Amino acid sequence: MHILRPLFVVLAIAAIILIARSIWIPSDFGIHERGYTYGWYRQSNIEEWKNFTVKYQGREFCVTCHAEQVQKLTSSKHKNIECENCHGPALSHPADPLKLVLDRNRELCLRCHTNLFYPNSQRSQIKGINPDQHNPGLECVLCHNPHEASKPR
Amino acid sequence: MNRRDFIKLTIKGTAAVMLVNGLDIIFQPPDVHARTSPRRFVFLVDIYKCIGCGFCVKACKLENEIPFDAGVSRTWVERYVVNGEGEVFADTPKEARYGFTTGRIDLGRGKFKDIPQEKTKKAFFVPKLCNQCEKPSCVQVCPVGATYQNADGVVLIDRKWCIGCGYCIMACPYGMRFFHPVHRVADKCNFCYHRINQGLRPACVQACPTGARLIGNIKDPGDPVEKIIRTQQVAVHKPEYGTNPQVYYVGLGEEVR
Repeated sequence: MHILRPLFVVLAIAAIILIARSIWIPSDFGIHERGYTYGWYRQSNIEEWKNFTVKYQGREFCVTCHAEQVQKLTSSKHKNIECENCHGPALSHPADPLKLVLDRNRELCLRCHTNLFYPNSQRSQIKGINPDQHNPGLECVLCHNPHEASKPR
Repeated sequence: MNRRDFIKLTIKGTAAVMLVNGLDIIFQPPDVHARTSPRRFVFLVDIYKCIGCGFCVKACKLENEIPFDAGVSRTWVERYVVNGEGEVFADTPKEARYGFTTGRIDLGRGKFKDIPQEKTKKAFFVPKLCNQCEKPSCVQVCPVGATYQNADGVVLIDRKWCIGCGYCIMACPYGMRFFHPVHRVADKCNFCYHRINQGLRPACVQACPTGARLIGNIKDPGDPVEKIIRTQQVAVHKPEYGTNPQVYYVGLGEEVR
């Protein structure tokens, strides 16, 4: 009989592994839509990603309270710029945060308005300046109103 | 056994075998296992329209909680400048999270190159993001089933399940994956799945002022992006890898790596 003892040991190890597996691996872990190669996963993870917090609410959200400012912007050359590109993500404003932080940096404007003569890109069609020569060190908003995309006031 | 019995038995036997096969199809239909979702998200980038402002990178990092000052990003913008001799210079300073505010090309290791306007023969910006490949090599190599493709064609990463081995980072031919410095797991663009699932546009698409970045559903015949992909000259990155990438580019040149 004792020749069978190693067999019992192996069976016991297999049983322990199977029990541990059933405890550790969630029941929704398995093969899903894309088959074994691409779809072997824990399905509840999709719900976790769906519940990820949305931070950027879009202009449609801003216009509900700030209609006047949005109106001003959308009738200017800056109509394609989203509010949140400069004002930062709305999150659940006005509850949290109470006030959005406006980026007044010169570098924000220079993202588009540094003159780059790139023939195959729409960039070359945007009016630009050489940041080293055009009032270096000064904030653009001292002279220009970004909501009106205007000449110096 | 006479001939009549033999034929009867053959018919019964054949019927039994076919019934067993039929039951298998009824209870495990291949069509159900195949993709049934009415959505397959695809992305369209127009290189002519990109102005290199980098608002997409900024929006992506803030939306997806990627540490802003860390040198990793789910999307970035590359600049390519070709001079008269056909030499190609490319850079992506800080993944272009602050855009391109100077004409100097960052060659790395503190070296910069100025290419004057008259010598610039070609110059353009190329936004990069995860291709959500139809045959994602990053998914195939995952040893624990932490990364996968869902029914909508988006490749996701299970942050609880990922062991951080980094195989997927090595396997991606496009270098889209990186190690998330806070969560200590692999990370990459997922087309803002939390947004597109509820009908919003991805943060980068919303932030783009020129419409250079668009998201679409290739299974919807009325979708404008689907129409462009079907009717215009579009290309994908590195088709030779056989991953069947699903980010399509208008104006993609051979300079782009």
